[in-house]
Amino acid sequence: MIYALCFTLILVGLYGITCKKNLIKIILGFIILDYGINLFLILIGFRKDGIAPILDKSMDINTFAATSVDPLPQALVLTSIVIGLAVTALMVALATRIYERYGSFDVTKINKLKG
Amino acid sequence: MTEYIIFTFLVFMILAAVAALESKDLLSSIISIGAVGFMLSVVFLYLKAPDIAIVQVVVEILTLIILIRVTISRDIRTIEDTRNFMPFAKNVILLFVLAVLAARAIGLLPEVGVNLSKVAQYYLLRGFEETGAANIVSAVILDYRAYDTLGEATILFTAILGAVVILRRKAKE
Amino acid sequence: MKREEKNRAPTTELNGMSEIVKTVCNWIAGFIFLFGCYITAYGHLTPGGGFAGGVILAASFILIVLSFGKDKISPLLPRKRAEMIEAAGGLIFIFTVWTAIYAGASFCGNFIFKKWSCANFKLLSAGFIPLLNIAIALKVMAGLFLVFFVLSITRVILEGEKLKMVKEE
Repeated sequence: MIYALCFTLILVGLYGITCKKNLIKIILGFIILDYGINLFLILIGFRKDGIAPILDKSMDINTFAATSVDPLPQALVLTSIVIGLAVTALMVALATRIYERYGSFDVTKINKLKG
Repeated sequence: MTEYIIFTFLVFMILAAVAALESKDLLSSIISIGAVGFMLSVVFLYLKAPDIAIVQVVVEILTLIILIRVTISRDIRTIEDTRNFMPFAKNVILLFVLAVLAARAIGLLPEVGVNLSKVAQYYLLRGFEETGAANIVSAVILDYRAYDTLGEATILFTAILGAVVILRRKAKE
Repeated sequence: MKREEKNRAPTTELNGMSEIVKTVCNWIAGFIFLFGCYITAYGHLTPGGGFAGGVILAASFILIVLSFGKDKISPLLPRKRAEMIEAAGGLIFIFTVWTAIYAGASFCGNFIFKKWSCANFKLLSAGFIPLLNIAIALKVMAGLFLVFFVLSITRVILEGEKLKMVKEE
């Protein structure tokens, strides 16, 4: 059920990308899609009643390995979030350039193919 | 209990995302995106991922600053979103088909909270004595998969270089 | 909103905010910077690490830009220096993982830990992981600050009939 809701979040992002006309709304759709995919990856590695994958001094290594959540998806998502921010900044920069050239954020008005 | 909390947060996140996409005012839609991101951070905390929760909070703040700073100071604050019916219907049908196909795949996924990969067992058992890092996520990022991180740093560099080059004073004709 | 205000061209300066905001930001920015350093340095023991610490460090500089304007930031972290710091972060990362080949480990192998093994919960443990954390923090900090700075000094203004992009430098 949680997976289904997570996929709904991804679908909302895809809806924003495909159906919206305003460039800023399309960027927001990309951001929502990003969040949904990150959440899905973390959900894959979750373990019920688990602990965070950080070892403590007083903790036995075997009980730690038996109760901790999966560290691998967390490691992948950690880098992906920061890269998502950089890609968002890149998209905003492109949108600014498009606004300067066409005077609008509306994608249907940007169909003039002038150089 | 954790699952109900995550469930509630996810419902509110979807509502906020729809509000962000459907709002007529750009400022309120960006603030709704902020709500989605902060709730996502709380969900990460409940999913026992404190590293990612920290990164998500800070990155969300920077995303909001960049979006507000760049878009809101334009002279258009509100947008009229009159869309043609036919392309809209086509897209919605496409998304519906995607959802129907994905429902089958989601049904085949294992239950939340029981799946754990074999390599994760290896990392958890041997990670501390092989790298000396108590934070296993840090050990995976910077020791076992440091080559991946090098690639991610390259992607970061390329994206930032692209933004700086796009916003030069004069684009080369 | 008054009609005249709506029609006037968007302002092009990046002046900063009121005196109260400036005072509070002056106190807080240093602490945010310190917190970023802590998150980076203890990344191998507590939650955090290079990515989170780098973004927090960038946020402390962005706070100064937003509250004081760009005049205050230019002696602290000018654009050239930000570019150099980003390149330095990348170079530290590459040289560290490259030295591992000459030290007898594989590429990206943790050679420092293999030679001087000290697997305790101290700050100087875990081999080259703290070093790589610092490298990534420098890179993320300088990169995100740079992209924010470039985005924030760019303005599109209406000049006659045409839109024009101006930069304040």
